Amino acid sequence: MKPIEAKNVNVFYGDNHVLKDISLTIKENSVTAFIGPSGCGKSTFLRTLNRMNDYIESFRKKGKVFIDGEEIYGKKVRVEELRRKVGMVFQKPNPFPKSIFENVAYGLKIHGMTDKKEVNERVEKSLKQAALWSEVKDILVKPALSLSGGQQQRLCIARTLAVKPTVILMDEPASALDPLSTAKIEELIHELKEKYTIVIVTHNMQQAARVSDRTAFFYLGELIEYDKTSVIFTNPSNKQTENYITGRFG
Amino acid sequence: MSSIRTNRLIDSIFKYVGIACTLIGIIVLAIFLGDILLEGIERIDWDFLTNLPSRRAEKAGILTAWTGTAWILALTAIIAIPLGICAGIYLQEYGTKNRLAYLIELNIANLAGVPSIIYGLLGLQIFVRTFQFGGSLLAGAFTLALLILPIIIVATREALKAVPNSLREASYGMGATKWQTIWYQILPAASGGVLTGIILALSRAVGETAPLIVIGALAYVPFVADNPMDEFTVLPIQIFNWVSRPQEAFLVNAAAAIIILLAITFVMNGIAVYLRNRWQKKISW
Repeated sequence: MKPIEAKNVNVFYGDNHVLKDISLTIKENSVTAFIGPSGCGKSTFLRTLNRMNDYIESFRKKGKVFIDGEEIYGKKVRVEELRRKVGMVFQKPNPFPKSIFENVAYGLKIHGMTDKKEVNERVEKSLKQAALWSEVKDILVKPALSLSGGQQQRLCIARTLAVKPTVILMDEPASALDPLSTAKIEELIHELKEKYTIVIVTHNMQQAARVSDRTAFFYLGELIEYDKTSVIFTNPSNKQTENYITGRFG
Repeated sequence: MSSIRTNRLIDSIFKYVGIACTLIGIIVLAIFLGDILLEGIERIDWDFLTNLPSRRAEKAGILTAWTGTAWILALTAIIAIPLGICAGIYLQEYGTKNRLAYLIELNIANLAGVPSIIYGLLGLQIFVRTFQFGGSLLAGAFTLALLILPIIIVATREALKAVPNSLREASYGMGATKWQTIWYQILPAASGGVLTGIILALSRAVGETAPLIVIGALAYVPFVADNPMDEFTVLPIQIFNWVSRPQEAFLVNAAAAIIILLAITFVMNGIAVYLRNRWQKKISW
């Protein structure tokens, strides 16, 4: 099974060629890390996987992206359904300015789940999966923005889990958090990969080494090297990869 | 060293010039308010609010005027609010950013500055004559709705623009459609700003006189309007009528009516300020 497969993906912002001929396959129930210096295209590629770039007017794409065997830029694809299946967690925790409960229930509401009991159960389950339930079970009606940054980010993960995705994209999910909250998020990622395919963009190379099974190194819009994380970090075959992970640039 | 002294001197001079400029504005306003209050406050009583207009100043009241103002306000709101909000949402969230959009944007900003009497002429031609509404509440409300539409559109757009993009992304990322995102997330987050704009727009409509005179609102309406096709008057027109009379007693009436009108606009502006503050507090991303 190949949940995510990109074939010769090229992305342009206007005349700016930001992704050059990217082809890679991501395995299911694994964590794949995208690393590389700022502006290398890793976030752009991540957002190509759930079509979040569609809102950028100058965005153009060539090549194909398959998720569960379906071309996600195909004419028949409903982008709302794609994004339900391919959830996303953002760099800065961005809970809705509503209650904790409403945050998790939002996805259920927009996808048409109306049965209250079912919604309650799904909210509880999602919060448990995101390791947040014990901290918020008595304050579900409180505003989500009153939570700490780390809790907010786990709430965002719970919110994503609630609509039962198969893939979760994470765009530097811990870069705005303190070390303790970061550790919790990493632990969570480790647990979630049993059920989900996780793709994470990170600037933190130790983080990539800790959480991921496979690592892709991007540089100047190109996919330089893609291999098992242990290989990338101990025995990279490309000089640029080695220079980057040893901190010689970037 | 002496240059520091000069600089400081300039600094303190400017401070006092600034204080003087501010005071001029405040003092003029205070004198005006004090004058009006002294003259009119004693005239305000229950009878003044509930009496029909009369040729005798001491018996004349503002019942038709303030009910007319209330009618106009309500009708204008019903017409202008949905139109303004929808147009604002379209322009900000749906419209693509091309040359045409820029042109429309520029025009709306310009429309907000068109003298109100021009709207009156427009209303006279379209609503009074073409649609045959006559000099009715409905014609007046449509005219004022046109007048405040640009203000509501601009306020809506500004409020939507202030909603951070991360909120849109969060919603789209969950698989929400554009409309779901707008309805469940963006509009609630922007509601304070939108409401503020609406109230400021309506408080402008309350004070308008010229366009209503043009479409044929009357100064003397001896009955309280009970449907939108009735003829009407409003507070500013009543005031205008009274101050143009020679008798001293009518000037007192005018002062009293001005106090009522000011009170209405102050209350509306107060609500707007309150909402804006609450909104800004609520949105702390």
